[in-house]
Amino acid sequence: MSVQETAPGNTVISWLMGVLLLAGALIGLMLTAFAADPVMEFHGLLFLLFCVGGVFFLIRYGSAKDDGDPSPYQDSVVRAGVIASMFWGIAGFAAGLMIALQLAFPVLNFDLPWINFGRLRPLHTSAVIFAFGGNVLIATSFHVVQRTCKARLAGGVAPWFVFWGYQLFIVIAATGYLLGVTQSKEYAEPEWYADLWLTLVWVVYLLVFLGTLWKRKEPHIYVANWFYLAFIVTIAMLHIVNNLAVPVSLTGVKSYSLFSGVQDALTQWWYGHNAVGFFLTAGFLGIMYYFVPKRAERPVYSYRLSIVHFWSLIFLYIWAGPHHLHYTALPEWAQTLGMTFSIMLWMPSWGGMINGLMTLSGAWDKLRTDPVIRMLVVSVAFYGMSTFEGPVMSIKAVNSLSHYTDWTVGHVHSGALGWVGFVSFGALYVLTPLLWRRSQLYSLALVSWHFWIASIGIVLYITAMWVSGILQGLMWRAYDSLGFLEYSFVETVEAMHPFYVIRAFGGVLFLAGALIMAYNLWRTVRGDVRVEGVAAARPMAAATAAE
Amino acid sequence: MTYQNVALFADTYGLLYLFVLFLGVVAYALWPRNKKKFDHAARIPLEED
Repeated sequence: MSVQETAPGNTVISWLMGVLLLAGALIGLMLTAFAADPVMEFHGLLFLLFCVGGVFFLIRYGSAKDDGDPSPYQDSVVRAGVIASMFWGIAGFAAGLMIALQLAFPVLNFDLPWINFGRLRPLHTSAVIFAFGGNVLIATSFHVVQRTCKARLAGGVAPWFVFWGYQLFIVIAATGYLLGVTQSKEYAEPEWYADLWLTLVWVVYLLVFLGTLWKRKEPHIYVANWFYLAFIVTIAMLHIVNNLAVPVSLTGVKSYSLFSGVQDALTQWWYGHNAVGFFLTAGFLGIMYYFVPKRAERPVYSYRLSIVHFWSLIFLYIWAGPHHLHYTALPEWAQTLGMTFSIMLWMPSWGGMINGLMTLSGAWDKLRTDPVIRMLVVSVAFYGMSTFEGPVMSIKAVNSLSHYTDWTVGHVHSGALGWVGFVSFGALYVLTPLLWRRSQLYSLALVSWHFWIASIGIVLYITAMWVSGILQGLMWRAYDSLGFLEYSFVETVEAMHPFYVIRAFGGVLFLAGALIMAYNLWRTVRGDVRVEGVAAARPMAAATAAE
Repeated sequence: MTYQNVALFADTYGLLYLFVLFLGVVAYALWPRNKKKFDHAARIPLEED
């Protein structure tokens, strides 16, 4: 394939985008000028600055063929995605540590509205899921779809619009939370105008992805692309339906949902659980199916299994949401349906886990010598563990103990830190030397340090939450001989304290690991290679250094 | 079209539809003639850097 081609279509896209950005700048100006509240005034200004900056970006890069990169692929937007992922990852982990400390030591709320637990908690969840996870998914999907289709990204400057537009969404959402703007739907807190903007960005993302698939030189669409596509399409559907709302004013931040009561609850958890299923699972399975074979230098263990894995996973996940609403006003048959489908999910989940792990057959020795492979394999193991635990917790009898307790929080974090976190770290460790054309990472010993520090952090986190959650659940349901509750609520809160401290310490370790990673990647980008001579005295590290 | 009708349709034809779809996926995955294609596909990540 030719190194560079500037298709006439790409010039049209640049011009179209320029016109839209100018219109956007005008809208931003109007929103600022006629804002009904101070936050809209601020966000209108942000939008205005974004559009003006976008026009300058277009003038500078819009007509250029790219960045003079000899690669046949569009790598610069993926490089930007790697940097953004690392940045938002550290921001999100730090916010998580902050709220963990606030739970253990409430004085850390400082009596300030902007940084109290209620506002920082959605900041943490959105930062780790959407800012960190979303940037990892966008960057890796752009990388993987080009390599597996042997085609350059479609749409000219459109991938850059997806990247910068997504960052703008994150900034609007995050600053909104701190200023008290929320529509109070868990994991869907951003208000109507941020939702509309994300919808636009997401549709362009879908078109870029589909356009690249359309241009492919490889006849077969590789399974990782199926997972990425399911992620993009389903997130679009969930986002639009769950955020259907009527704004109070077109220049104000507040809106009201179209749904109410139990319909609202079911729509919310249909959204919420499929955000887990399609954002945090399907998307990251796309990463697993590309980066595990890549790093292990082995083909996918069973491609047939990967096909059954894909179709059964997406058809089952979509029904599992009602397990978030056990013993509520939701009809009982719907609760049972949610539970049944959750249990059936064991099959595709474990099929996929086995497929990922067995891809190492013939290369198991790499577990000893390559800490990046170790990180990827442990992520798949955590995937297996949390997808075992989830269905157990969806069983109504178990749920009556576990729901509303820290057990849920621990479960989420074994998936989020262990599976999503580690598979992302593994992918970023593989990507960075490739994208910056470096022969290797700065230091594999530092990867090993990251791996062990973060692993210990995760174990501390989830064990503390298991004990705390079960203790909490048992205390809530303890009755004395006269039928009165044994404990007041505040006594259960007091009992949590030691576990909250342990959990926060786990968070310190996880964040420390990510900081080591950021340093390692930064030195890799600079082109440095650490001489790991002292470590060579030990046989295991010698093999590592020789890699 | 009452709620009962819709629920009955989902219980019966919905189940049938999803089950047949699943059988189709398994047949596609296991079809002997597709083996060569899938063996090639399993190696796609190893082809480009």
